[in-house]
Amino acid sequence: MNSKCVDILVIGAGPAGLAAAIAAREDGIDSLLVLEREHNPGGILRQCIHNGFGLHRFKEELTGPEYAQRDIDRARELGIDIQTDTTVLSVDGKTHAVTCVSRAHGVEVITAKAIILAMGCRERPRGALGTPGTRCAGIYSAGTAQKFVNLEGYMPGKRVVILGSGDIGLIMARRMTLQGAKVLACVELMPFSSGLNRNIVQCLNDYDIPLYLSHTVIDIKGRERLTGVTVARVDENRRPIPGSEIEFDCDTLLLSVGLIPENELSEGAGVKLSPLTSGAEVDDVLQTSVPGIFACGNVLHVHDLVDHVSNESFRAGHAAAAYVRDQLAGGETIPVRDGDGVRGAVPQRIRKGAAQEVDLMFRPSGVFRGATCVVTCGEREIARKKAPIFTPGEMAVVKLRPEIVASLDAPVTVTIERS
Amino acid sequence: MEITCINCPVGCRLSVILKDGQVVSVTGNTCKRGETYARQECVDPQRMVTAVIPVEGSAMPLSVKTRTPIPKKLIRACMAELAAVRLSAPVAAGSVVLPDVCGTGVDIIATKSVGA
Amino acid sequence: MYTDILIIGAGVTGCSVARVLSRYEASIAVIDRGADVAEGASKANSGIVHAGFDAHPGTLKAKLNVEGARMYPDLCAQLGVPYSQPGALVLGFSEADRATLTSLVAQGVENGVPGVCLIERDEVLALEPNTNPDVLCALYAPTSGLTSPYEMTYALADHAAVNGVRFMLGEEVEGLIKAQDGLWHVTTDKGEHTCKILVNCAGVGAATLHNMMSGDLLHIIDRRGQYYLLDRMQTLPFKMTMFQCPTKMGKGVLVSPTVHGNLLLGPSAEDIEDELDTSTTAEGLDFVLKTCRLTWPKASTRGTITNFSGIRAHEAKGDFVIGAVAGQENAYETVGIESPGLSAAPAIGEMLGAQIAKEQGLTPKAEIVPPIVRKKPFHAMTPSERAAAVAENPLYGNLVCRCEVVTEAEIREAIRRPVGATSIDGVKRRTRAGMGRCQGGFCSPRVAEILAEELHIPMTEVTKCGGASRLLVGTIHDAMKEGC
Repeated sequence: MNSKCVDILVIGAGPAGLAAAIAAREDGIDSLLVLEREHNPGGILRQCIHNGFGLHRFKEELTGPEYAQRDIDRARELGIDIQTDTTVLSVDGKTHAVTCVSRAHGVEVITAKAIILAMGCRERPRGALGTPGTRCAGIYSAGTAQKFVNLEGYMPGKRVVILGSGDIGLIMARRMTLQGAKVLACVELMPFSSGLNRNIVQCLNDYDIPLYLSHTVIDIKGRERLTGVTVARVDENRRPIPGSEIEFDCDTLLLSVGLIPENELSEGAGVKLSPLTSGAEVDDVLQTSVPGIFACGNVLHVHDLVDHVSNESFRAGHAAAAYVRDQLAGGETIPVRDGDGVRGAVPQRIRKGAAQEVDLMFRPSGVFRGATCVVTCGEREIARKKAPIFTPGEMAVVKLRPEIVASLDAPVTVTIERS
Repeated sequence: MEITCINCPVGCRLSVILKDGQVVSVTGNTCKRGETYARQECVDPQRMVTAVIPVEGSAMPLSVKTRTPIPKKLIRACMAELAAVRLSAPVAAGSVVLPDVCGTGVDIIATKSVGA
Repeated sequence: MYTDILIIGAGVTGCSVARVLSRYEASIAVIDRGADVAEGASKANSGIVHAGFDAHPGTLKAKLNVEGARMYPDLCAQLGVPYSQPGALVLGFSEADRATLTSLVAQGVENGVPGVCLIERDEVLALEPNTNPDVLCALYAPTSGLTSPYEMTYALADHAAVNGVRFMLGEEVEGLIKAQDGLWHVTTDKGEHTCKILVNCAGVGAATLHNMMSGDLLHIIDRRGQYYLLDRMQTLPFKMTMFQCPTKMGKGVLVSPTVHGNLLLGPSAEDIEDELDTSTTAEGLDFVLKTCRLTWPKASTRGTITNFSGIRAHEAKGDFVIGAVAGQENAYETVGIESPGLSAAPAIGEMLGAQIAKEQGLTPKAEIVPPIVRKKPFHAMTPSERAAAVAENPLYGNLVCRCEVVTEAEIREAIRRPVGATSIDGVKRRTRAGMGRCQGGFCSPRVAEILAEELHIPMTEVTKCGGASRLLVGTIHDAMKEGC
């Protein structure tokens, strides 16, 4: 078995891993290695061929491959070592030994002073929904279908129903339509979409694809290949309403019913996970409960915007560099709590005396119109943000200015106040 | 007329007042781009089109986009023109795959490199 | 095509019989409508190797269950099939249950089940602390085991195949007749086969075939059981298989670890009309969840990987029907092989194989090819074993299924076996690729590519489970042209 040591090891060369590696190298970390299980860096962006990425970061609208290429090019310029076709098998939280395997190098044990977790997320599969019916071909998570179409050039089906209105599902509604399929319906259990509004407009409305809110798939038919699904309206307890069934003749059912951070490695390393985000609990510099292990991007919490992922990951990269140099202050932390209307605020704690800007990110627990997000420290209000709408489909961000962060002396609570 | 701005993920809900096919006022936008979008959307809606097309000599298809938005009503025609395009590897990111799609003056360009 | 012996049905019973008969000088073929072996009840059951206390003394079920269960540990070791023996409890919640359990214990003792006994509440809760505290007592069967039913079937088939048995899969028998030449003529959807000796191991279809041959009619009731399969977890709530008191519909709903460390809830028991209807229903799944809460009050479907159903072939008279077909020469059968069919399968194979060999005067082969020794799965290897595996075959370095830690080397091996995988599901059951929490979301495109390469077929011909279950309907190029 080969073994080696590096200062910083980044797991994953998607947008999060690339940004973290770039930041660490720009801070002067020479001994840096990025491990990627796929053959190419870029992560999920490689298959996101639609546009709309990079507005915040690059002030222009890029497609996924173009956005990824900018980071890949920058990483190459900086001479960052990206080892592809390599899968990490385990991370030891105590020794920081990372075991990985690849065809080229066999089994390797790489020990790092700091480890940055950037493994991304996976899609919730059919089984998690408990939808009854047959187990025929033609049922895919939207991302798997996206991979078949955009990276391999194959059509998974011709008559499509989409369950769930997550962004990937909406994007795939348009993609399948443009590539020659007929999308019959997009079906959403909740009374509101979990995808971005602009995707409803440009992926469904533009192509006259009906969106059935408060509906779900209650039966899946077809012995070998899918032949149809039954959709029904649901009541306020999300139970199907008898008599409301609609039958669709379709050969494909795409699922876009949520994303889950991929934290099996993190759990193995002893990193404490949040039941709300399914990602690690981190402090203001993205350090997890295990010293020297940082997490960023969709493995930490599922983002809507890659721009936010990059931003967060730069912070993780800088922090890991500081940690390696022994320049990262630790000590007491102040907890960040979810108040009314808030679910899974990240970071979960802020180091006392920290003096840099902190982005508090969270998902609203429901739809709030004309509401205000209020952040308090003990009794004291420290930030407030008004928005025309807060919805679970859109991650909310509230910035805490450096002087505010420096002044924190009591638990911080994030709340959405209805007007 | 109520529309949703698609410029960025905020998705502002815009109220547009039209008179004789002309935009009189736009409200609800939170940035300048929203107003520009509304004025365009109500008169001549435009969209970026992205797609994948096969490339001879590459197992992986090529992702492409219109360099700038094209009229929404031409999306289907644009896809039809793309379906007839024959390409061979290698193709470099940024290169023109199909010039002047549907007579719009807009080129379709590759958004990644294949077979290089 | 002519063979000396034609076995209809490639489930665990048919493959077990085929393996035993492959020790004799005879040409043997197995035919099945499924695209793979183990496509019927053998792929969708509880995976329990029952201790043998359920069946009435003197029945074939009792005798063959106990014999089969005794054979399992060695057979699994020899064939490389996973097996464990965590034991089982049958829970009692009332004095009526206590009476049932007491007679079950007596029955177990009479059947020759080792160590079966009745234990009281405190001992139950000490053994399995997550049990419903309302429990009064339980039957404890320390020899109750777990296996992987489809992996057992694959291993039996592979061992039969290396000893010359031919497998004809995806071919459905439509009729059979004893012709003037004294041979059986079997017509299928693909053609005709002739054989001297016919063996009917057709599971839910066995009574139909029996009734074509014999005036002494049998009646199979298709009894569907629905299950939830939950993800592997750090600590399972139960170490043992947890039964409730049996009813006339069967052994009832169980909560059990699987041999791979998942948790299984089920089965329901519904008599259905269509022997191929393995769909699940909202009512059936609700019933499973509600019923297993008696065993495990905290039961939830959180972490569900999938739900599925299987169909047991229940013979109306209740016992296995095994032996020569009444009123026919050169015809044998195994009918009504429902639970404990998996447990009994090795013993059924030995029993029927010996009968056929004796009555037909078969000559034992001078040499029997041993089972192929397979490497330990990569997920179970130690780091140094993994390093050695990659050094020997670099394809062990390409991890394909990240959830279950399955490598490209193992997927290719599963396709190249004597009775190899020909579909996504075939690879999944042989290697566990796609069996994990993402349910193949990440790995299925890669598995499809490997299948296409190994089987020399285009990607668009790769299926989920044979037949018309194609994954893809065409290329984007074709679709775009059609779309215009």
